[in-house]
Amino acid sequence: MFKTLAELLGHGLKNWSFVIGGAISLLFFLVAFLSYFWTPYPVEDINISERLLKPSTQYLLGTDHFGRDILSMLIQGARNSVIVAFVAIGIGIGCGVPLGLTAAARKGWIDEFIMRFNDLTFAFPALISAIMITAILGPGSVNSIIAIGIFNIPVFARVARGAALSIWKREFILAARSAGKGPFKISIEHILPNISSMLIVQATIQFALGILAEAGLSYLGLGTQPPMPSWGKMLNEAQTFMHFAPQLAIYPGAAIALTVLGLNLFGDGLRDVLDPKLRRSR
Amino acid sequence: MALLQVQDLLITLKTAHGPQEVISHVSFSMDAGEKLGIVGESGCGKSITALALMSLLPPDSRISGKILLEGRNITNLNSREICSIRGNRIGMIFQEPMTALNPVKQIGAQVSESIYLHTKLNRKQTLEQVIELMDKVGLPMERFPLNLYPHQLSGGQRQRVMIAMAIACSPDILIADEPTTALDVTVQEQILDLIQDLADSSGMALVMISHDLGVIAQTAENVMVMYTGNVVEMGSTIDVFQNMLHPYTHGLFSAIPHVGSSAKQSKKRLSSIPGQVPELHLRPNGCNFANRCQRASSICNEKEPSETRISEHHQVWCYHPLNRQDKRKIKK
Amino acid sequence: MKQPLVKIEDVYKDYQLPKKYLFQKAPVFRALHGINLELHQGTSFGIVGESGCGKSTLARIVMALDEPTLGKVLFDGRDLFNMPARDLRHLRRNFQMVFQDPYGSLNPRKSILGIVAEPLDTLKEKLSFAEKKKRVGQILAEVGLNAGDTDKFPHEFSGGQRQRIAIARALITRPSLIVADESVSALDVSVQAQVLNLMMDLQEKYNLTYMFISHDLSVVEYITDQVAVIYMGKVVEQGTTKNLFQNPLHPYTQTLLRAVPDVNPLNKKQKNKAIAPLFKKTEKSCPFLDRCTRAAKTCVKGTPKLKLLGEEGHLVACFNAD
Repeated sequence: MFKTLAELLGHGLKNWSFVIGGAISLLFFLVAFLSYFWTPYPVEDINISERLLKPSTQYLLGTDHFGRDILSMLIQGARNSVIVAFVAIGIGIGCGVPLGLTAAARKGWIDEFIMRFNDLTFAFPALISAIMITAILGPGSVNSIIAIGIFNIPVFARVARGAALSIWKREFILAARSAGKGPFKISIEHILPNISSMLIVQATIQFALGILAEAGLSYLGLGTQPPMPSWGKMLNEAQTFMHFAPQLAIYPGAAIALTVLGLNLFGDGLRDVLDPKLRRSR
Repeated sequence: MALLQVQDLLITLKTAHGPQEVISHVSFSMDAGEKLGIVGESGCGKSITALALMSLLPPDSRISGKILLEGRNITNLNSREICSIRGNRIGMIFQEPMTALNPVKQIGAQVSESIYLHTKLNRKQTLEQVIELMDKVGLPMERFPLNLYPHQLSGGQRQRVMIAMAIACSPDILIADEPTTALDVTVQEQILDLIQDLADSSGMALVMISHDLGVIAQTAENVMVMYTGNVVEMGSTIDVFQNMLHPYTHGLFSAIPHVGSSAKQSKKRLSSIPGQVPELHLRPNGCNFANRCQRASSICNEKEPSETRISEHHQVWCYHPLNRQDKRKIKK
Repeated sequence: MKQPLVKIEDVYKDYQLPKKYLFQKAPVFRALHGINLELHQGTSFGIVGESGCGKSTLARIVMALDEPTLGKVLFDGRDLFNMPARDLRHLRRNFQMVFQDPYGSLNPRKSILGIVAEPLDTLKEKLSFAEKKKRVGQILAEVGLNAGDTDKFPHEFSGGQRQRIAIARALITRPSLIVADESVSALDVSVQAQVLNLMMDLQEKYNLTYMFISHDLSVVEYITDQVAVIYMGKVVEQGTTKNLFQNPLHPYTQTLLRAVPDVNPLNKKQKNKAIAPLFKKTEKSCPFLDRCTRAAKTCVKGTPKLKLLGEEGHLVACFNAD
């Protein structure tokens, strides 16, 4: 496959969705990273006298009802989204992929058991179940990470199993078996590298969904807790001022939409770039 | 006038290494009812030639030269005119009947498709025609109802359905691109017999494309040997197969194990052609076969050989064609 | 007589087919039907038959990739399916396989070094990276590739070269048996000849035993010493390659041989019209009954067993063979 990242980029730069989606996603990650070092104003600073200001050179996007700088909150909120989505994906991949690989490698009742359990998880509406989990464990960003992560597990398990099953049918797996390799070693050495591109693509899509889920939970007050700003919470707070300060809702809403769009575009582009069927070389 | 005339056909395809010539300066002609074989290894351009005749080349390819069907050039027609030729005047059978048939459509409906397209028959007449066709290709309706799906048929039966589709509008030319490569020998024999019978009885011209010299020897009257997009030798099958002149043709023949080899006591090695087919973008300037050829001299690397006419029915593109003495030496 | 390297004893293999109804017992397809074969060290054994006759199933069982439903396979006198998994793992170094598809049988994500060195893991002693690389380099040179190609990836090679890589992988543990399942079928004529020659050279050099499975009769005739013809999971004819090809006795073998198109355009084959079956096939009758030109009443009632007919152990399963 691709020997170097540079080669991957070379292919990617011919693909519009990869370029545009990648640029938006990159911007989003840079902003999230930036929040560790610098925000225009500290987000905890409440300054009631300067509340609900229109955008100006002092406050580029204006201020909210506590007089906090909206740009700073957006920057800080990006960091929150990244962390929650990232760790949730980690949980999903960490548990889901081994489950999927095991199901594909062992077949029989183990496969049935894992996949039926998967179906069971799919049967619950994800966001409502996440609300339930945070309701039981109590609100907070850690619990929302767990709640979102749990629902990533069956997604990755299913993708990993499906892709792995098709690789198991290939002749080089027979060759590995006749070299005396067991199912565990084959899964790690042969299956995983061959399904990694599919997993990466799925991860970008789940990342976008994770950001949406985090925003949803925070909107309901079950995710990130004050004083940490988050995009969902900003939307929630903006509701009250909808009529005379709509910009409070527009900015975080636009940030969510743009990021999710960017990530999805990137995922689509990545799929095209990584898919061996679309590649020209043999 | 010849039924089909290909003049100086040149096809370039876009590849990772830029546009590459996959067919260079191919010319041949066919009379009505003639059976022409095209033989060569993978990458020699035999399938591309077939696709060009059907105007089925990929959209980013470029074509120059002429393909004259009864004197009319069909390389620059609009898509509507092409559709009236495709399936109607020229029919095609593909290699893999499983992928060339639509898996979710009943076989009767697939066969009737081109009849609907190209004739003005009504439903009942079409149905009659389909039943007659299926009978012709050896799938009588009593045992193979028209509402079967492709997956309910064996490989050979699927190929018969493909043949029925290809000859549905009694085309003037039938192109068979490796029609039996995916089939067992006994089934291959039946399918080849069927194709020949159909061609003989209806006066259809046949283009048989195969990598298998035996298939070509048994089905074609004239043969074209191709290598890397060039015709290297052309003539009547008997002339070319019995009195081969191009070193590549000769190499192909000595590389196949013949039936009856077990009669000899010693285990002799096959004489193989050294090296491998050069990749598209690495094709040499002169003769493409020069770097694998034992007879090559300096001129072979400089200039592409031009046609040498040995007899009325036998041409070769080589500076150093085999002569009688060489052949005797090789036989020893 | 010497002990055979591989002894296949009365092997049956059943596969479960998908059920038609929910509460049905899964129907069974019998892929192999009592196969008995012996492969001797240093010889080539050909297995011939049409697609679906069970020849690839047999290959997988000999490679211990699949277990037979009944019967056993003795490798050097040891029962492959009756030994601890560890022992089987170590025994695997002695038998390796070369597959049909030169594109599908090499993992596209692995370097040539990783691919070819894989079977070395079955060895008892663990090799260092440098040692592995050295051995892979040697074996690559031996199969006619560049010893320095170890860091390349499969997509950088042509079909014939890939098949050489597959052969190198099969050879690296110095096995005594190589099972070649349609190993040259996907190759072009000129490359096929190169690979066949290579296989014969290697056989002479290392006294290899080949189990050569192919639908291409002329290739089998060329490379093997012994042949078995399989039809619907049963051996119908078996003997030395010379006897079987020069004097085929079973009507199925004769049909197969007649069907191979002759490269001489002057030897036009007379068409043999498909015959209408004379008798109705039942569970008990000869499996070839419905395609046989010589069928008689006896063929309906029973299945013919392999019996000695002709020279040098030429076995035929037909009531009417002459």
